[in-house]
Amino acid sequence: MLRSPSGVIGLIILLLAIGIAVFGPMLFPNSPWRMVQRPFLPPFTLSTVPLGTDALGRDVFAGMIFGARVSLLVGLVSTLVALVVGVPIGAMAGYFGGKVDDALMRFTEFFQTIPSFALAIVLVAILQPSIYSIVASIAVVSWPPVARLVRGEVLSLRTREYVQAAVVTGQSNTWIILREILPNALSPVIVLASLMVATAILLESSLAFLGLGDPNLISWGYMVGAGRTVIRQAWWITVFPGVAILISVLGLNLIGEGLNDALNPRLSREGR
Amino acid sequence: MPKRVLLGVLLACGLTASALAQEPKTGGVINAVIQPEPPGLMLAMVQNGPVQMVSGNIFEGLLRYSPKLEPLPELAESWTVSEDAKTYTFKLKKGVTWHDGKPFTAADVLFSIEMLKQTHARARNNLVQVDKVEAPDDYTVVFTLKQPFGPFLGIFEVGSMPMVPKHLYDGTDWKTNPYNNAPVGTGPFMFKEWQKGSFIRMVKNPNYHEKGKPYLDEVYWQVIPDAAARSVAYETGKVDVLPGGSVENFDVPRLSKLKDTCVTGAGWEFFSPLAWLWLNNRQGPLADKRVRQAIMYAIDRDFAKDVIWNGLGKVATGPSASTIKYYTADVPKYPYDPAKAKALLKEAGYKGEKIRLLPLAYGETWQRWGEAVKQNLQDVGMTIETIATDVAGGNQKIGDWDYDIAFTYLYQYGDPALGVGRNYVSSAIAKGQVFNNVEGYSNPEIDKLFADGAVATPDSKRKEIYEKAQKILVEDVPVAWMLELQFPTIMRCKVKNLITTGIGVNDGFKDAWLDK
Repeated sequence: MLRSPSGVIGLIILLLAIGIAVFGPMLFPNSPWRMVQRPFLPPFTLSTVPLGTDALGRDVFAGMIFGARVSLLVGLVSTLVALVVGVPIGAMAGYFGGKVDDALMRFTEFFQTIPSFALAIVLVAILQPSIYSIVASIAVVSWPPVARLVRGEVLSLRTREYVQAAVVTGQSNTWIILREILPNALSPVIVLASLMVATAILLESSLAFLGLGDPNLISWGYMVGAGRTVIRQAWWITVFPGVAILISVLGLNLIGEGLNDALNPRLSREGR
Repeated sequence: MPKRVLLGVLLACGLTASALAQEPKTGGVINAVIQPEPPGLMLAMVQNGPVQMVSGNIFEGLLRYSPKLEPLPELAESWTVSEDAKTYTFKLKKGVTWHDGKPFTAADVLFSIEMLKQTHARARNNLVQVDKVEAPDDYTVVFTLKQPFGPFLGIFEVGSMPMVPKHLYDGTDWKTNPYNNAPVGTGPFMFKEWQKGSFIRMVKNPNYHEKGKPYLDEVYWQVIPDAAARSVAYETGKVDVLPGGSVENFDVPRLSKLKDTCVTGAGWEFFSPLAWLWLNNRQGPLADKRVRQAIMYAIDRDFAKDVIWNGLGKVATGPSASTIKYYTADVPKYPYDPAKAKALLKEAGYKGEKIRLLPLAYGETWQRWGEAVKQNLQDVGMTIETIATDVAGGNQKIGDWDYDIAFTYLYQYGDPALGVGRNYVSSAIAKGQVFNNVEGYSNPEIDKLFADGAVATPDSKRKEIYEKAQKILVEDVPVAWMLELQFPTIMRCKVKNLITTGIGVNDGFKDAWLDK
């Protein structure tokens, strides 16, 4: 991983973002909702509000710091939930095959046939926008690819000799899946997961942009959405959070690429 | 010609002054935005805002109203009130014809009233005190009231009581009458065509009963569904008039700085939209008067006016807007005072119980306002949770009394008996409605004052009653009054005299002219 320059850059970006999300609010305790200065103050004019203020005179910089928290949290948690749902379903479908496989895969396809963003909007709208409903709906739309990927991996590992040996020695199915198959199927899942975090951040931003964010939490997508209508008067309200989304999503993609290089045995051998 | 144009009063004054100095010119076409597209144009059947705005220029009422809400002659040229204030006699203008050439007479008035009682909910309410209406001759109409009703002269505006042609509607099924789609009135403009989704076109009525009017040849009402596109349409010159509310507030300063652009907040005096927060008086911390007062002190309403509404409007002092009758500023004051709010909360024993805030889902302005109010209340130590919802969901919650604080704004219709009392008297509490007494405030003294006020005579007596009611209400804070809203009308400066009455653009094209 550390050998790949893009991976290193991605990792630095991610650590920076996590650092800001965790420690930022302690260093800059000003609430992003508080009206601190006159509205539409351009950036770089006052050191107290370095990135200017929005339509209500709220600190754009504070919004960026607090927004990092929500964006990363939603990205990470929803990905985790999607993995928790997707991995077992995929593993069971791949391992047991037959009717179990058919049933689980039809179920998965049911979710895959619905456009994911449309489904996310509908879910959030029905459940009322809140951080929980947003995480839940992002998880709901993003687990099917995980399930399919894991199923594919498990299907190919299922026929390996060491797995068959485990079956012959009378190990339980759970033991075989958890100890023999999944650890070996994990590397593509990790790569996928890093990309899923990026997608989840984008999804959350899109939802917030459309006004379906948690009204009690500031997020980058909300800032872009709220500033969009005044973009001709005040570009900075949308541009800075937009750049933040861009950089963090780019960072996660770079990590994904780096991980892919590092975890793919064929590629890493060639590198040597 | 000044390039930079300031908002508000200054400009409105300048506009009127310069317009008065000039002789109106005849001819020309004006393009105005209508937002949203009206569901129909038969004013007696549908009364949404956009319907009133278009059809108010096609139909007419017996009276129109000055910005100070004094009655002005329209189809009635004069009126007298009997000594006991129970008989109102209107003399109709002679020589008025419908757009199809038939004369307008007292028979049309009688018919219109009968029809409106069935098709127009507000007209029905306004006419409750009327015992009988008679027409001793073709040009006289006499209303006899059951008891004196103070606001009676305020119910004859075109949107409240439009005159309908008897010869086209009598004996027909009103709902399916073909003239609903091609309305025939007595107004300065005649309906010409309606390309659904695109524009409504009206043309000059050559036989209009006021000599020389209207000055314009044609008016196009352009339908443009997207707010940003409406701004662009003005900038590119496709439209000349943006009536109040047709662009988002934050676009107003930018558009008003454009060359040859005039802005005015006038023309809404009759409606006087007043924004407030419903406070659920029934339950939780808000049942305590001191908490409600604390909310009034905690909210920076000047900030809302200056920043969120771009300086338009006025901080409300109480249940009546300052433009309507019997308004008094002599009531307890609630300046922005967070320290006092904190003290009141402490005194009331508020301990951070969660309070739900329901913003109004009417677009960006209202969302930002919700966020600002939330921050104000949190600053004094209240725990506020914003509930995200759409218009229908919000109405449902308010109707079910399932809220703590909720944004709203309502029209006042010029008189406390028509537009104010309904929000505070206990007889107006009913589950399921989103207007009237939603907050659940109940005070026998207020009930009695509003009941007496509606029928008291003379005027000075009504004034006394309503001033007393305002004082009691402001002390009790049943709802938290925010702003008297102003919806600025943006137009090219060459459009003159568009807004001359208290209902503004709704009957404005009668006097408007184009300075070429």
